[in-house]
Amino acid sequence: MSAIAFPIPDQSILARREEIVAGLATLVAPEALITAEDERRPYETDALTAYRRLPLAVVLPSTTAEVAAVLKFCGEQGVPVVPRGAGTSLAGGAIPQEDAVVIGVSKMNRILSIDYANRTAKVQAGVTNLAVTGEVSAEGFFYAPDPSSQLACSIGGNIGMNSGGAHCLKYGVTTNNVLGVTMVLLDGSIVEVGGAHLDAAGYDILGLINGSEGQLGIITEATVRILRAAEGARPVLFGFPTSEQAGAAVAAIIGAGIIPVAMEFMDKPAIEICEAFAHAGYPMDVEALLIIEVEGSDTEMDAQLARIVAIAREHGVKTVKESKSAMEAAAIWKGRKSAFGATGRIADYICMDGTIPTGQLPYVLRRMAEIVKGYGLRVANVFHAGDGNLHPLILYNCNDPVEAQKAEDAGMDILKLCVEVGGCLTGEHGVGIEKRDLMTFQFNPEDLNQQMRVRAVFDQRWLLNPAKVFPLEGRVAA
Amino acid sequence: MTLHIPTTEAQACAIVKSVIDSGVPLSIGGGGTRAGLGRPTQTQSTLSSAGLTGITLYEPAEMVIAARAGTPLAEVERTLAERGQMLPFEPMDHRALLGTDGEPTIGAVAAGNISGPRRINAGAARDSLIGIRLVNGRGEAIKSGGRVMKNVTGLDLVKLVAGSYGTLGFLTEVTFRVLPKPERILTLAWRGLSDEAAVALLCTALGSPYEPFAASHLPAGIGAAQPRTLLRLENFSDSIDYRSRELIALLGAHGAPERIEGQDSVELWRDVRDARVFAGTDEAIWRLSVAPTAGPKATAAIAARVPGARWFYDWGGGLVWLAVPAGADAAADAIRTAIRPLGGHATLVRAPAAIRASVPVFEPLPEPLMRVTAGIKTSFDPAGIFEPGRMYAGV
Repeated sequence: MSAIAFPIPDQSILARREEIVAGLATLVAPEALITAEDERRPYETDALTAYRRLPLAVVLPSTTAEVAAVLKFCGEQGVPVVPRGAGTSLAGGAIPQEDAVVIGVSKMNRILSIDYANRTAKVQAGVTNLAVTGEVSAEGFFYAPDPSSQLACSIGGNIGMNSGGAHCLKYGVTTNNVLGVTMVLLDGSIVEVGGAHLDAAGYDILGLINGSEGQLGIITEATVRILRAAEGARPVLFGFPTSEQAGAAVAAIIGAGIIPVAMEFMDKPAIEICEAFAHAGYPMDVEALLIIEVEGSDTEMDAQLARIVAIAREHGVKTVKESKSAMEAAAIWKGRKSAFGATGRIADYICMDGTIPTGQLPYVLRRMAEIVKGYGLRVANVFHAGDGNLHPLILYNCNDPVEAQKAEDAGMDILKLCVEVGGCLTGEHGVGIEKRDLMTFQFNPEDLNQQMRVRAVFDQRWLLNPAKVFPLEGRVAA
Repeated sequence: MTLHIPTTEAQACAIVKSVIDSGVPLSIGGGGTRAGLGRPTQTQSTLSSAGLTGITLYEPAEMVIAARAGTPLAEVERTLAERGQMLPFEPMDHRALLGTDGEPTIGAVAAGNISGPRRINAGAARDSLIGIRLVNGRGEAIKSGGRVMKNVTGLDLVKLVAGSYGTLGFLTEVTFRVLPKPERILTLAWRGLSDEAAVALLCTALGSPYEPFAASHLPAGIGAAQPRTLLRLENFSDSIDYRSRELIALLGAHGAPERIEGQDSVELWRDVRDARVFAGTDEAIWRLSVAPTAGPKATAAIAARVPGARWFYDWGGGLVWLAVPAGADAAADAIRTAIRPLGGHATLVRAPAAIRASVPVFEPLPEPLMRVTAGIKTSFDPAGIFEPGRMYAGV
């Protein structure tokens, strides 16, 4: 695929490469600076692997002070900077460009302190999402946002993309779980935004940073909320004869005042793909599957599930399969969480990420099937039903350029459909390069200009992750 | 004084455009119940949301409600209650504390990020605010966010506007995520605990799996002779029975609590939410945001410097409501000096206008953040026509 444009590299920067690298070498330890082509190669893309560009250089600092020195230098030299966490962005948020220096936080991977009384953890930006939970789980605590990539993705990247996951229906996304950050601005200033307390002073700059995709500064540390885990959690499978019935059951559960901790939806193609991989015991004779997880004591979960099952029966549920053991519960989630990997075993695919009002679900499912079929392709759907965050997986053959283009076009049509029914282009993956050119579809010029003016407050010259989020043309100053 | 009352967003845009050239700044008015928050502004004109009313979208099954900014909060809450739902963040009503009357509006709840005791569990107003429409200082109608809970499309200007007190623009419509109302609410109240013991109890409870939704401590003399330490449970009725039993056992070392339900419980939490114990006095009122265990340390340090200080705690100790003799500067220096080593910040919520004009009402920011703050203001409102100086001098 080559449809997404990259900026033309600045020849004057490329010509000064040796000088820039020499300057960087005075700022960080030798092992923190990567200049050889074969060693830069792993940084040329992220999880949107169809696109890649070799960066000018890669720096992996170990301290906030080093990040500040490097950022200040790049700012003074007018060199674009691409911040990088673990490089798991599905939207191309960490893909570099030839005239840019990648600043990666992967070496800043220490958990600095845990405060159980105040329920906070202070961590460096390169710590993985799951490592935070790993550190506190023995005390019964966890870090709530749980993107599927949580084993690998970093807290810094999570903040940059405002990551979510299956359990945000109850616990919210990253922005609802971060209390403070240490951030380096382009001029090298180190700022503390928020802290261990709730509701930072002044404008909600912390709220702005979450989801800003590395365009405002580089986060080096964060104070995150840790929550006490429920006494138990139990996922249950519900198989429905039609997607409409599954969707109606979701609405009725919420209408009855029940907020399960997660409600995940899979359509038939997704069920088949995931079952073949995970052997989770998914029913094969249904058109739609819901995984609904409840939490609490055994008695509480029994009571809540009884209410949910009764509602599901009113909506024609065909199969109800409760997990009877921790192993069965893990298998149910393994099936869902491995959806992307399992799909990758049978075909190439692109995973889209849009959000819709849940009431539009039956219509959108029908239209998505028509759209993809219109391009002669297949689609499997897994998504967060409680909050309408869709993840259609469009299957194609990446060795066929025509088919690849069709897959990309179908994806863009689906995202437009999401916007048309009142939703948005991305629920948790971010805009990156992938959806950059669709931003004008969701926002009018005034909306976009206001966003870009705010962006420019932090970075007048568009040096920070410059080719992401906003269309390449039409940039405005503060 | 000129009062502008647009009835459409387009009219609001036209009004803003008409004042840009004249450079006449605008106050933004809704119900007027929170007009005393922030620094006093010197404006000759008010742009009111009173003509922009009505719920524009309510989908109970999607847990979302949208309303024009001037819609009375009471109308929103009544509409939600009819379908067994509520705003998750339990917005504070400032009327008792500030001695104002009038009708609080949903727009002001967003503009002030107005939250209540549930904030410790369910987040602040900004956590539930998922979409806005506003008129910026160029007279352009801008939207950010939308009607779906999960949205990472572009910069989250929604958060930036929440708590900006009208300095960034004139909100015309706001969209909130809502939640089901709990089937039952139970308050557990322990008596006689010191501040430190109470905050320790609250921290233990909030770190337990039994999910308290509110956690407050009222020291001796604040609404009652004896200190009271309060935990609120919300859930289905059978869960409440189980969780309260487990919590009482977990916290057994602090003695047996009283159980409060029904109207008594409602009124108790309304008093906490609205800081009513400080209503009707002439003391200056501060709101301190600190880490919960820093709460008692902050008040001890303040008490040593400010004779006559009184306080109570919400959010497990992380929100301190503080009353001090008004004096010349409402003890601003003493309070900020006392909490600086502990982290957190202080906001002057109630004081005579002369004091609010002379001491920083909001926590002063370090230079780089102040620069960013001023830049953000300019990016929305280059001519500086909205609420000049309401949060920070020159912003």
